[in-house]
Amino acid sequence: MRAMTYRGPYKLRVEEKDRPRIEHPNDAIVRVQLAAICGSDLHLYHGMMPDTRIGHTFGHEFIGVVDEIGSSVQHLQVGDRVMVPFNIFCGSCWFCARGLFSNCHNVNANATAVGGIYGYSHTTGGYDGGQAEYVRVPFADVGPVKIPEWMHDEDAVLLTDAAATGYFGAQLGEIAEGDTVVVLGAGPVGLVAAQSAWLMGAGRVIVVDHLAERLEKARTMAHAETLDYDEYEDIVVELKQQTDHLGADVVIEAVGAEADGSCLQHIAAAKLKLQGGSPVALNWAIDAVRKGGTVAVVGAYGPIQSAVKFGDAVNKGLTLRMNQTPVKRQWPRMFEHIRNGHLTPREMVTHRFPLEEIGEAYHVFSAKLDGCIKPLILPSAS
Amino acid sequence: MSQPTTRDRDTSSADGLPIAYVPDRPRMRETPEQLRARIPGWGADLDPADRPSHPKLQYSPDSTGAHWRFPERQAGAEGRERSIEHAFVTPVFGTAQPLHGVSGMIRRLAYRRYSEARFGHWLLLIFGDRVDAWGSHLRSFATLHPDNPITQTGIRSELSASGTMRRGRSDRRHHLLDPVIVAGPWVIAAGGLVLGVRRFRRRAAG
Repeated sequence: MRAMTYRGPYKLRVEEKDRPRIEHPNDAIVRVQLAAICGSDLHLYHGMMPDTRIGHTFGHEFIGVVDEIGSSVQHLQVGDRVMVPFNIFCGSCWFCARGLFSNCHNVNANATAVGGIYGYSHTTGGYDGGQAEYVRVPFADVGPVKIPEWMHDEDAVLLTDAAATGYFGAQLGEIAEGDTVVVLGAGPVGLVAAQSAWLMGAGRVIVVDHLAERLEKARTMAHAETLDYDEYEDIVVELKQQTDHLGADVVIEAVGAEADGSCLQHIAAAKLKLQGGSPVALNWAIDAVRKGGTVAVVGAYGPIQSAVKFGDAVNKGLTLRMNQTPVKRQWPRMFEHIRNGHLTPREMVTHRFPLEEIGEAYHVFSAKLDGCIKPLILPSAS
Repeated sequence: MSQPTTRDRDTSSADGLPIAYVPDRPRMRETPEQLRARIPGWGADLDPADRPSHPKLQYSPDSTGAHWRFPERQAGAEGRERSIEHAFVTPVFGTAQPLHGVSGMIRRLAYRRYSEARFGHWLLLIFGDRVDAWGSHLRSFATLHPDNPITQTGIRSELSASGTMRRGRSDRRHHLLDPVIVAGPWVIAAGGLVLGVRRFRRRAAG
């Protein structure tokens, strides 16, 4: 089969690989119909995630058709069209039994601090991902869901991570009616987080970024006020002035490890790998939220420590909430919101690349060329 | 609907003081009715107790689809690397790219020697990544499908779509560094090769 393969930092190619096989009785093999590149894939692409091995196939956002099932699979049949959460999870460990699907303890032998994720290095379990024609899906009776007839494929693929993560971020913020919510980052996760903040009763939603096309999307898709941090000497001061010097009730950090805004921090994290991620956005969140407020973190960071201003978080009495998204837990309600037009994830899709152009797709997304907000990948077998 | 990019800076307190310095509650700039009319779905998830991720721990082991208490163990766990914070290799695990060669030895050392709490664990894994990359690059030149930095970096997309492709670049602050990071090792390798050939020729001539 054809599959994207990692060849080292900033280098990818499409190779012929063996089709994955059933390795556990509850495995399924899914023929991928549509995949996406996630912003967090760029951390792998840039060589920031430890134990990213040459030959690894990325991709944790994908939908497809069940091509083969293991002997114990009861809930799926060959031919079913399924959407697959980015989390690999068993459904029965201490954490899964309590709804923490992203923290499953039975699927990642390489680390205990993070669960299993498709195509996201061996630090998250060593599973090849869905930017390929076929992918192995463990625990087929637990993770995948049949795609509803009415759902658009592009909404379905975005629900496997980006959209679900945005919605989850707003929930982590514990938004109350009338709250002022600041969303840092107008990428796919931030856009849905901003839409979701309204659903939870926000009185104001302010989105901060520095890319004009993304800020425009935040205004049109998420009905948010926007601030371009490049236009201000100090975005934290501007946010304080915008909120009568109180600070935001809730800040949702939807940027993660490669935050711009400080060249020094970016070089230390993204280029020299001396930190698990550039903490610029996280520190802005801590500074811009009001005392006693909540910071919700859904940006992705590596496992190495980062220079976070923890003292300010303590002194301000903040609530810090974060996790990888337990995707499947979000779906029933999100399906309603999408059907009702309250959430519109596919509005953010800007580019569609064939799998054979994967190198260009990553470069365009990484450098944000051509106004790229969300690129999708079309495997040649689809 | 066109939305404001910044708000007008009024103060919410009656006496003109910024709200942070007085005990008043902030006023909503728009009423719920106004927001409901302007924002699709405003307030649909207003009740925190009715949101999907509330409460954080929602004990419901019978609703996950799992029909086992502990999953059947996948074959092939013997010798597979694992975090020493785990009691055993997990019952299901990834089998992509098993450890091999020098990079595999480095990575195995990281897993055997250090827990996830130790910086050395991650530094060794990153070092293993770079050794893996360099070894793979070198090995690729002995194949019919050698690494090609032009196609593999997607750099050709810089030239396509002419001017529109230049719009909205995010890497302008650090783009001078990127060629050093990407092309630097290739240039150093080429320089080393040239020096090596020159030295060989001198020795052969002398």
